[in-house]
Order: sequence, then C-alpha cells, then structure tokens
Amino acid sequence: MMGGRDTDIVLLDKDGLRCDGRRIDQTRRVDIKAGVLRNAHGSAYIEFGDNKILAGVFGPRDVHPKHLSDTDTGILRCRYHMSPFSVSDRKNPAPSRREIEISKVIKEALEPALMLEQFPRTVVDVFMEILQADGGSRCAALAAASVALADAGIPMRDMVSACAAGKVADTIVLDVNNEEDQAGQADMPVGYMPNLDRVTLIQLDGVLTPDEYGLCMRTAIDGCRQVYEVQKRALAEKYFTGGGEGRERTASMGGRVVGA
Amino acid sequence: MHRTIIDDLKRSRIFKLADDGRRQDGRGMDEPRRLRIETGVVPKAEGSARVFLGDTEVVAGVKVKPDRPFPDVGDRGIFICTAEVLPLAHQDVETGPPQPPVIELARVVDRGIRESGMVDLKQLVLEPNKSVIGVFVDNSVIDVDGNLFDACSYASTAALLTATIPKWEYRDDAPARVEGQTMPAPITTVPVSVTMAKVNGKIMVDPTQDEWTAMEARVTITTNSDGNICALQKGGPSGFTYDELERCGRLSVSIGARVRETIKRAAPDAGGGGCCGPGEECGGGGPGGGQQQQQQPQPYGGGP
Repeated sequence: MMGGRDTDIVLLDKDGLRCDGRRIDQTRRVDIKAGVLRNAHGSAYIEFGDNKILAGVFGPRDVHPKHLSDTDTGILRCRYHMSPFSVSDRKNPAPSRREIEISKVIKEALEPALMLEQFPRTVVDVFMEILQADGGSRCAALAAASVALADAGIPMRDMVSACAAGKVADTIVLDVNNEEDQAGQADMPVGYMPNLDRVTLIQLDGVLTPDEYGLCMRTAIDGCRQVYEVQKRALAEKYFTGGGEGRERTASMGGRVVGA
Repeated sequence: MHRTIIDDLKRSRIFKLADDGRRQDGRGMDEPRRLRIETGVVPKAEGSARVFLGDTEVVAGVKVKPDRPFPDVGDRGIFICTAEVLPLAHQDVETGPPQPPVIELARVVDRGIRESGMVDLKQLVLEPNKSVIGVFVDNSVIDVDGNLFDACSYASTAALLTATIPKWEYRDDAPARVEGQTMPAPITTVPVSVTMAKVNGKIMVDPTQDEWTAMEARVTITTNSDGNICALQKGGPSGFTYDELERCGRLSVSIGARVRETIKRAAPDAGGGGCCGPGEECGGGGPGGGQQQQQQPQPYGGGP
C-alpha cells in the first residue's frame, strides 16, 4: 500500500467491507433538518456520520463594512467554524488558517448557485458551526449551508450538494470517514449542482492515477446525488408536511432530554 | 445594535405591563422560562449539554487535557470556562474578537462555577507544581432570546455533571494516558445562577431579549447546593436599592433550588455531593445513546 500513515486498522476486509461496515459505494448516515434556528433567516442542521453541524443564514441585508458592498450585485460571506469541543483535542476558538481556507472554498462553491445579482449592495451571510467533527466536515457543512440558503428563501439556480470520495487500501471508495482519511491514500471532497451538472468545489490530497482520478470524481458525484435527495427531503418535510415554523427546533441531537 | 421605533414601542408596553405585575409572555415576575436540557449531544467531548431556556439555546462541551499548573497554585488543577455567541445566533452578532458583553458573559459563568468549588481541583493534580489536569468548558450560544448568563451557566453545569475525566499518570517527567480508564469529574456541589432584571422599577426573573433591551439594571446571583450565595454580578446603567438586592438574594436561593433539581435529573449518574445516587433511573439513552462512552467511571486520585 502506498501513501497514508502506518496503521494497524483494516481499511477494507476480504468481503469488501470498510472499517465501519460500509460497502465502497455507500455514504455514512445523512440526516438533515431545515429551519432549526429561531433568529436566523434560514437554517439547517446536518448529521453526516458523526459530524454534527449547524448552518444559519442572514440576508440579503446591508453590508458592513460598507466598502465591501458591490453596486452591481449582492455578495456572499461564509464562515466555517469549529466549536472548541468538536474534536478530540480542544480547538482554540479563534479561526485557524484551515477554517479560513474552507470558508473561502465553500463560499465559491455556493456562489454559482445563488442569484445575488437580484440584490445589489447587499450581503448574504452563511455561518456554519461544527459542533462535532468526523472527517468530511466541509462537505457536510456545504450541504447544510445549501439547505439553509433555500430555507431563507434566497433565489437559487440549483441546490449545491456535497460528498467526498477517496482512495483507501488501493480502492476508490465513497465518503471517506475520519479513520480512512487519517490512514488512507487520497481524499477528494466535491461540491456539485445536480441539475446544472457543475462541480463547484473540488479539492484533492493524495496520489491517484489518471484513471483513478476519473473514477474518484464519478464516485463523489454519485454521492452528491444521494445527498441531494436528503436535502430535498429536509425542505419538503419543513414546507410540505404541515410542520411549519420552528417545528424541528427542539428536535433531539441524539442525547438524553429532561425538562419541558 | 441601534434602537428602533419597534424597540421603543416594546419597551413602553413592557413598562406598562410591569406596572400591573405582568409580562409579555404571561409569566409571573419571579417565574423563569421553561428549561430543557439534553445531555450527551457531543459524544466526542468528555461531557456535553444542550440547553433551551425559553428560546435561548446553548451547546456546552467539556474538554480535558494535562497542563502545567498556574505557578502560585501548583496543588490544583485548572478550570476554564468560556462562552461565544455564534454569529448564527442573532442578526446583530458580528464575527471577530469577542466584544465586552460576551467577555463579561464568559467571566460571570466561569466565576459562578469556580467560586462554588463545583469542580474539586485538588483531585486533578498529577504531580504537584509540575503537571495537572485542565478542564475546559466552552459554551456556544446558537439562538439568542435574552439571559445568556443563566442558559450558559446551566449548560456548563450539566455538561460538567456528565463529564468523564480520562486517566493520566505522571511518568518520566510527563503525563502518560492510561488507556480505557476514566473517572467522573470530581463534583462537590451544583451551582445555579439566577438572573434578574430591573424593568421600570420592577424585578423580573429570567428576562427575555425584549426585557433585556428594556431593563435599567440586572443582577446575576449564583447559589450552591447548600443554598449559600457564591457569586454575584450587577450590570446595566442603573442601580438597585438594598431591599431589592436582599429580595433578589432570596429569589436566587428559592428559584435556584428548583432549577438545580432539573439539572440533577439531566445528569443522574454524576458523582459528588448533592447529586442523585447512581441507582436512579432516568429513562432510555435516546437514539444516539450508543455513541456515548459506556465504560464505568473508575475513581482515582486522593479523596476530597
């Protein structure tokens, strides 16, 4: 096996199952709820494997500081931020270089889907908070942000969906988890507009042959299509099943509840 | 944040209602909002809780790691509590370094827990003057509807009550992790803060955001399990009379006692003084219960 760190973990067993029991073409469990926050204009909560992420949207609204405003179009600002308790070793709450870069690529993944030219001199703010991180958090955050933007009623050309693929034990697999990311050979997060057939986020670290590169992209795009179905279901649940405002606000985050 | 005509209208309505001893949401003047606590929401943290105080929502997580002790207290572990109001929590929150009100929030929540002696820091020493355990409680406010002080305080306390401390041993001049062994956080008491606002001369417990905006002054009083007062913070541009503060003190004890019961029920397995026994049943583990650490806490270190 080339690349990756030395480890004792069996990434792919003789039955073709991965360390968490998935087949190579399966995503982890994905669950999205739309409209979970009271003050945000639009919001979504995603559980993607063990990732737990909130996204909140404000705007279109006045731009502060004013010099950032554009007379021809609205602008988009994104902030990807990890809570200090979201990872094994406490993370300093100040934004790291990694978080700033991820915020930028997510912004550029969402921009092509948004019709911000309809709102000149305004800003749409997207805030993503990683409450628990588990590998693939940028894809999960991007998927949640898209649902939150739709929930906020921002005009969109398409949803942006997201999923990663990678190379683990010399095999291309869908949705690389944390263990596979640490021990595997390549990780390729992809953001994708399923109806317009456009890739709006793609990154890669690791080594792939040209053939593997193509297969990895096709695998990730297939994962995006699966996540897209979950995104649509989240919006349908809020808007078409009589739930309405705040219905999911107090939904469980998987813990134990006491009190009113 | 600037005041709008709507704020002025709300304020005059809140004032008028207060004259009759009434509030916008129909609560009594000394009636806190409904409190809902969900524990174990972030299994990767050593302890965690999500608190709804009315429509204010906070997630708190506990992280634990070995650290160097402060030079003047080498025989005690480290406890640090922080708070951040996330920009997704309210439209007026700005990104960037924390503003003075948020720093005050974090310090008041920290002080209430620290001064109560909730966490027995003497049990968190690996090697005196060289290596101790640090306990960090970080609060992320995700929805704002006033009184972040009490919401963060309850979230921090519930998260600490459910926290497990991994075991380390001091070997070869460094702390070494002993895999698979943990103990519950060494808890001695359950501090509870109660925040009261003075609005048009009337004292209101647990103010909403509208009441927070309209108030002239506020006071946050933290009590411990014995019903003693252990920390206090006054804020806001106006002041209190002696009689008002005396009454607020009594309210903080009586309301705090009721809140304490809810917080204890949220963490039925917690050790230490004043908590429910480990035999108490408190319902199922919830859908994500399987993700939580299941190993039995193993106490270690010296006694209290």
